[in-house]
Amino acid sequence: MDRLTNFMTGFSLLLILLVLRSVRRAHIRVEYSVSWLSAALVLLAISRSPWALEQIAALTGIADAPLALVFAVGCLFLIVFYRFSIVISDLKDANIALAQRVAILEYRLYEGHGRRQSQAAR
Amino acid sequence: MTPPADAALLVIVPAFNEEQAVGRVVREIQAVWPAIPVLVIDDCSTDGTARVARDAGAAVLSLPHHLGLGGAVQAGYKLAYELGYQYVIRVDGDGQHDPRDIPRLYEALRTSGCQMVIGSRYLDGDENRTSLLRLAGTKFFRLVLRPILGKTVRDPTSGFVGVNRAALEVFSKSFPLEYPEIEALVVLQRRRFDFVEVPCRMRPRLAGKSTITAVKSIYYIVHVLLGVFVNILKFEHRLWKR
Repeated sequence: MDRLTNFMTGFSLLLILLVLRSVRRAHIRVEYSVSWLSAALVLLAISRSPWALEQIAALTGIADAPLALVFAVGCLFLIVFYRFSIVISDLKDANIALAQRVAILEYRLYEGHGRRQSQAAR
Repeated sequence: MTPPADAALLVIVPAFNEEQAVGRVVREIQAVWPAIPVLVIDDCSTDGTARVARDAGAAVLSLPHHLGLGGAVQAGYKLAYELGYQYVIRVDGDGQHDPRDIPRLYEALRTSGCQMVIGSRYLDGDENRTSLLRLAGTKFFRLVLRPILGKTVRDPTSGFVGVNRAALEVFSKSFPLEYPEIEALVVLQRRRFDFVEVPCRMRPRLAGKSTITAVKSIYYIVHVLLGVFVNILKFEHRLWKR
């Protein structure tokens, strides 16, 4: 139990440091770091609070407290993944719309340019 | 049949790495109606598709990166809508659709009152020339779509389709991105639009190989089924919000 919670504490601290480092280097935008930092902080709090762990175990009906910790970790990261799936989908939609708009503008630009050239040649 | 007037009909040809076939497709379309505008949508091909299409006399809409079939077709629909075209017919760049059937699709678009016309390879009852896998998939989707569309669609996976301006407006705003044919039917039906099928010929690809595998077929079925039901849910949600 202690080893597992200690490992989780170390892991969540590592995650916080990693995310902060990525934000500082502009690898992750601040608004997207919030989900990871929140998840890591909740994980840190749970791993350092036997009372919270017991509450989760009682709430979910899991008799084993370490298993409740694993369950909490799984739930937290599923929520983060869900949020990022929404973000990725939005970005993909925006990306497609932009690519189509660029292609159409380029087409109309060259079409207009070609028309002006043929008018000038006459 | 009389060729369409200016700004009435645009033929779009989505193409990805089809340099060996697209030139012939464009020339065949222009042989049907020489003045017909042909727009090849080059989905960021890595070969000479765009050059070959231009050399054959088509206008080319070059996408800056690969969007897949739905994204490419929608780009064509958006441009056609902005340019004021009344009708758009889609012909695939691999040469499987016979451009000699374009007048038949165009006539049905003008006279049927339907917003969409599908070139169907099965309307004559000739299902023998299709592979077993494709035929099984087609029959499965006929069954799925029958209660949703309220009528049987013989060839739901056909990409040889024509749309009028009303459908063009809808598709330029909302169009399925992967495997669009079946989902597009549901999108139209949800807006109480109608479609009609006309018989057409399908040929083997002029060049290259089909990339369809057994795993991709299963993915296709799952993806399209999900897409169909999502489109139904979207519609229900809109009704509920009113």
